[in-house]
Amino acid sequence: MEGRLRRVSAVFQRHLYLYPSSASRLMEIFYWPLLDLLVWGFLTVYLSRSPGAVPQWTAFLLGAMILWDILYRSQQAICVSFLEEMWSRNLLNLFASPLSPGEFVGATMLLSLVKFLLASALTVALAYYLYAFNLFELGFWLVPLVFNLIVMGWVIGIVTTAVILRYGERAEVLAWGLALLVQPFSAVFYPVSALPSSLRPVAYALPSTYVFEGMREIITRGSTGNSTFAAPFLLNAAYLALAWIFFKAMYRQAQEQGKLTKLGE
Amino acid sequence: MTAGAPVVEVRQLVKRFGGYAAVDGVTLSVGGGEIVGLLGPNGAGKTTLIHMLLGLILPSSGSISIFGLPMPRRRQPILARANFSSAYVQLPLSLTPRQNLTVFGRLYGVKGLAARIDELLERFEIGEMADRPTRALSAGQVSRLNLAKSLLNDPELLLLDEPTASMDPDIADKTRQTIKAIQRERGLAVLYTSHNMREVERLADRVLFLHRGKLVASGSPRDLLARYEREDLEQVFLRIARGG
Ligand SMILES: Nc1ncnc2c1ncn2[C@@H]1O[C@H](COP(=O)(O)OP(=O)(O)O)[C@@H](O)[C@H]1O
Ligand SMILES: [Mg+2]
Repeated sequence: MEGRLRRVSAVFQRHLYLYPSSASRLMEIFYWPLLDLLVWGFLTVYLSRSPGAVPQWTAFLLGAMILWDILYRSQQAICVSFLEEMWSRNLLNLFASPLSPGEFVGATMLLSLVKFLLASALTVALAYYLYAFNLFELGFWLVPLVFNLIVMGWVIGIVTTAVILRYGERAEVLAWGLALLVQPFSAVFYPVSALPSSLRPVAYALPSTYVFEGMREIITRGSTGNSTFAAPFLLNAAYLALAWIFFKAMYRQAQEQGKLTKLGE
Repeated sequence: MTAGAPVVEVRQLVKRFGGYAAVDGVTLSVGGGEIVGLLGPNGAGKTTLIHMLLGLILPSSGSISIFGLPMPRRRQPILARANFSSAYVQLPLSLTPRQNLTVFGRLYGVKGLAARIDELLERFEIGEMADRPTRALSAGQVSRLNLAKSLLNDPELLLLDEPTASMDPDIADKTRQTIKAIQRERGLAVLYTSHNMREVERLADRVLFLHRGKLVASGSPRDLLARYEREDLEQVFLRIARGG
């Protein structure tokens, strides 16, 4: 156990080393969330001034944008850490060491938490100062909402990484695209009722849907039912287990077909 | 040179990619403190074999035992006592040599790591570059850093895949001398692949010829030269490969 933690923290440290000296990597953490915030923020300012504005528009859109970003960044952190090793041709050094694939993934999850804290601190503070939107008005509810988004980001990140492991560079595009695929069905900026009824089962199969529906309910009514939280927890637990089984299967196939050792060549 | 108890024992190892057997029924052993050169032209199956020893590629059939433990089932305790370097693998260029060695030292669970790193940096004469990005190192310094990484955990088994492939002759020669010196000092077993027959003559206690996935000859360089009545290993190999 002690060795396991040491190896996880070694990989974690390897990625932290990248940041102080790399402007582009720091940008990656702060730049996109910042731009998103500016665009959505001014849009909400504009909308809320229009006649017939829905009073909670600012909260709906900014809350949705900040929360969606948490999911997306969480997924990115997992994939980018893996791609980073692949691009620097360091994967074999890592996997020829006592480090296990599970420990590697664990370290990337830890990294995603740190990146989440840094980026969120910035966006939450700016949303407050620029648009007087206080995410903490969601109160205690924020904890399970955010937790579920982070875990769902891990699920997508692990699945994407597994596919890249197995199929190599051809699949790299998934690292940027797969999370976006679930966005239209997650009721991020509109309620599930806006979706055609045939697509609603898809929406309810995604943990993220409950988070965004719950967020709007809290903003309008000040609270939400417990079922809003049970469903995404259970779905996430199931998906995380499945994602891990999938990752192990892809890793094994990559070992069998000699793909693991060809990555990044 | 008499070898100690076998560190690596490989039996009837086969790796097929689709229908093609990249490694085709190889049986070999490496004794404690022995330097074994695995020779063969490009495509012979050397890298595939090394990667199977590391658990990076799973065999189609056959068995691998390292330190008496089965690979890949006990990969973690095996890999903790071994190490690996290859011309085709790099350490991250944006980290400094000291950072890279720290990360790998912790992955391998090296005790007294800071002192160990200082010792290796000094030994490999990269001390003055220790805190610059690895990207700033010369080719020779990078190859010494890779060697330093592969010795961090004071391994009992060192697997080197074409370690000198991308080096100029001078650096390659120095690298070989270093490997030899460390092997004498620490008594570690080394399995060393190369397609350059000449370089292995001087380094290896024993050479194994791999040709199209099969072991076609083995022995000390001296024995092989005598047995096939040739001047150097390259000619020995050509004779075997052409079925002469
Ligand atoms: N992942 C792979 N998939 C398919 N064929 C492979 C793979 N890896 C190696 N090979 C083939 O196996 C043979 C041996 O390759 P390799 O072990 O790299 O040889 P060497 O290291 O001796 O040059 C080559 O014909 C190569 O094309
Ligand atoms: Mg090779």
